[in-house]
Amino acid sequence: MDLRVGKHAVLGEMGGGRPVTIYVDGRPVPAREGEPIAAALYAVGIRTTRYSPRSAEPRGPFCMIGRCTECAMTVDGVSNVRTCITGVRDGMKVETPGRTGS
Amino acid sequence: MSLPMKDVELVVVGGGPAGLCASLEAARAGAQTLLLDENDRAGGQLFKQVHRFFGSRHHGAGKRGYVIAGELADECLKAGVEVRLSSSVLGFFPGGELMVDAPEGVYLVRPRTAVIATGASERCMAFPGWTLPGVMGAGAAQTLVNVHGVLPGKRVLMVGAGNVGLIVSYQLLQAGADVVGIVDIADCVSGYEVHSDRVKREGVPIFLNHRILAVEGEGGVESLLVENVSKGKAVRFSADSLCLALGFTPLAELASMRGCRMVFREELGGYLPWHDAEMRTDRPGVYVAGDAAGIEEASVAMEEGRMAGISAAEELGLLSGGQATARKAAVRRRLQGLRSGPYGMDKLAAKDSIHGS
Repeated sequence: MDLRVGKHAVLGEMGGGRPVTIYVDGRPVPAREGEPIAAALYAVGIRTTRYSPRSAEPRGPFCMIGRCTECAMTVDGVSNVRTCITGVRDGMKVETPGRTGS
Repeated sequence: MSLPMKDVELVVVGGGPAGLCASLEAARAGAQTLLLDENDRAGGQLFKQVHRFFGSRHHGAGKRGYVIAGELADECLKAGVEVRLSSSVLGFFPGGELMVDAPEGVYLVRPRTAVIATGASERCMAFPGWTLPGVMGAGAAQTLVNVHGVLPGKRVLMVGAGNVGLIVSYQLLQAGADVVGIVDIADCVSGYEVHSDRVKREGVPIFLNHRILAVEGEGGVESLLVENVSKGKAVRFSADSLCLALGFTPLAELASMRGCRMVFREELGGYLPWHDAEMRTDRPGVYVAGDAAGIEEASVAMEEGRMAGISAAEELGLLSGGQATARKAAVRRRLQGLRSGPYGMDKLAAKDSIHGS
């Protein structure tokens, strides 16, 4: 799935960051340098950023301003990183907390 | 534990319209000003406002929000404000120090004066399926699409026919999404007619007297159950995204933590720090401005920010009594103008009731 806007009616061409690759649970995902990790994931249709600890229900970005923590993932080994306000760097390793089989 | 300590004359927490204007006024008066913001650029929520602003030329009418944000941020730098980004304020302690988590490490700030301009968060509502990925705040969707160029989904249902719900629906259309409808439990549209006309012209149906019953889907939103509350009949929509535009509540935990007296005002979004007309809280040297001082709109936030910045500069002894009085009177006149319309009257009454309490 591709949810990138591309050319916007008012803003023109969007997503100007350098194309890079990040690894989500080991899988390569194309991203733009500097954009929030959560946005890069959403762009390719990855909406689940964690699974709830007790009932293992999928959760996704909700507030996009760093408040709700639904998007908190493990990034380069650091847990509870708010991916909606953390920018992409080339080669980042992102893991989905609570994902079974990982 | 010993952390680095930074002494400043003024610290401003939050680089949105209120914080930028507070910093600007204070720095121009000569205050050594530190502006902290959690994001990697200043501007706050102005960055996602791609529509042209209403109001007077003084508040950037006719300009789009992100243009205003860029201009204010540039002016702050020119005025000598030290802007530190990607810096989260973790605490504002009763002793008057703030703890900051930043790329350069964790450190403390000991300010002589402080302006809390931390903005607002979106209100939420619980219903079956509300935690499924694909359900998000309308403001979150607006950030995703207008700032990052990513759609929240291909088919979106909006809940809330206020200005935010209407504007974000239109902006989702502009970006290429399909908006299947706008649902509101009220029997009339609460947003401006100019915004509702715009979405109606694009063929988006507005379902008044309707409410969201449930969101269904396996790993995320796939369909939605919407009920006509007057007829008790439910309809199922196919959609991959649900946006909630239910209003905002002040983000003022730092003020509460600092020991500021809090008051509750429904019209202003809930709990907020008590403050006077010059944005002074009941803690010495602590000011508040913008949505953190009660939900209004960006132009009001800018003026409250200016007021707080002037008040802080006066307290620091950088403005003479006469200078401060004249500047505050000008801000007060503009605030009165902004709150004079039918939508501003309730806000004005609520604000007055706080100042007098």
